[in-house]
Amino acid sequence: MRTALIEISRDGVTGTVRQFLKDLLEKGLVDALLVPFELPSANNAVQTLVTGADKLDAANPLAPVLPVNSARIVSAITRVEASTRKIGVVLRPCELRAVVELIKLKQISPQNLLLIGIDCFGTYSINDYSKLVEEGQSPTKRALDLVKEGKEDTMLREACRVCEYPYPMEADIVIGLIGMDLSKGIIIEAASEEGEKVLEALGLAEGGDTEKRKAAIDELVSGKIKKRDELFERTSAEISGEEKLLPAFAKCINCHNCRDVCPICYCRECLFDSPTFEWGADKYIDMASRKAALRMPTDTLLFHLTRLNHMASSCVGCGLCQEACPNDVPVFAIFRMVGDKVQKVFDYVPGRSLDEELPLSTFREDELTEVGYE
Amino acid sequence: MSEEFEPVIVGFFCNWCTSTAADLAGTSRMQYPANVRPIRTMCSSSVDPVYILRALLTGADAVIVGGCAPGDCHYVSGNYKTRRRITVLKTILNALGLDDDRVWLRWISASEGAKFAETMKEITSEMKKKGPNPLKEQWPV
Repeated sequence: MRTALIEISRDGVTGTVRQFLKDLLEKGLVDALLVPFELPSANNAVQTLVTGADKLDAANPLAPVLPVNSARIVSAITRVEASTRKIGVVLRPCELRAVVELIKLKQISPQNLLLIGIDCFGTYSINDYSKLVEEGQSPTKRALDLVKEGKEDTMLREACRVCEYPYPMEADIVIGLIGMDLSKGIIIEAASEEGEKVLEALGLAEGGDTEKRKAAIDELVSGKIKKRDELFERTSAEISGEEKLLPAFAKCINCHNCRDVCPICYCRECLFDSPTFEWGADKYIDMASRKAALRMPTDTLLFHLTRLNHMASSCVGCGLCQEACPNDVPVFAIFRMVGDKVQKVFDYVPGRSLDEELPLSTFREDELTEVGYE
Repeated sequence: MSEEFEPVIVGFFCNWCTSTAADLAGTSRMQYPANVRPIRTMCSSSVDPVYILRALLTGADAVIVGGCAPGDCHYVSGNYKTRRRITVLKTILNALGLDDDRVWLRWISASEGAKFAETMKEITSEMKKKGPNPLKEQWPV
């Protein structure tokens, strides 16, 4: 596959990526782009659907903030009907992986989507991001400076600190930043035939040291895996068993925010919002009489356990559930730890490949043969 | 003298195999413990984990899902999907330090009335050994 090295212009690495995206629009290779824009108030950067190249000056795909998982946005745009015009979607790896899962779940029509994945150095919470702006700092500059200096960024969200997939896996075009000298150049890699055609049409010269990027990714990932495993161990020790699990969910108020922001929880009507969970007073009193007392609202733990059963096999670990929790219930750590165990059973990595079937929608006759016969 | 602990066991049995086996056990006058509360479902794969979990959180001591043996599913492949689903459920319970041995999956075909009675005896005696589900006393679930 074609690889190109783009030299960093005087507008810096953000400006260089922006120019690459501008070229896509100006040369008609895409009709629209979905890309993070810094809002005029600067204290947040949000996904924006843009059709005019001149508007791209506000684009900043490197802004270290993830207000929503864009897979939800791509689903909203393409679920009703597939796009007839080409849309380039610029996504972080966890968003891209969720897009792959939603394509498999038939919640995204992949026709005419150009998936542009970008290496990710991690993101801050919206509040941390906006605080930096209020203090007169540029969050993007702060994040990239720490990368350049090879220092750990302690402001990163927990999900990003333990993310072992900071690089795009299933994409048409990959914007490679990891391991690159960000004052010199970035790598643009074609990762599909579609991407190959686009890079050819852009007339980008071949070049770029992909080996150097790969080595840097390996090093970065091994550090992340170590942190991830520490988190799993700590979480397991903190929440294992009913005497610890119940206190862990004691602060939950059943707001279901974690579900609402989850890119994998796609059901139009969640079971927990359905009439299955609507009862008359008699039923409530009957339920209460089972243990003589009933926590209200009901089914707090059931909600989380059921959600785990429904989505853990596809959890991409974006951690937005944690951002959405008003009471700091450790939902990310729990879901990530449990999700990892479930995914390992089926040797499944969510978003790794469109060719791998979802664990819960397929089966093999000769697997798990001990289950059912114990 | 304290009474012997009588576990409450919820059974989800598929219409085509395990429920029919339960009928056969009954019409053959085979004895089995009354601890099991059978619920007939069209297929073992139509039992969403939410129902199993709700039974356990409400205080059932065990849940047993019964389906047709692999290869014999009335709907061709439902039981293979059940097998994955129950595996996921058990993996999750285990990861959270909850007792996944309180969830059983068994293949009992329509002609196996005796196996049905035996399995119900087995799960009842296993749960008696295990003792009550600790979640039975936990109201803040």
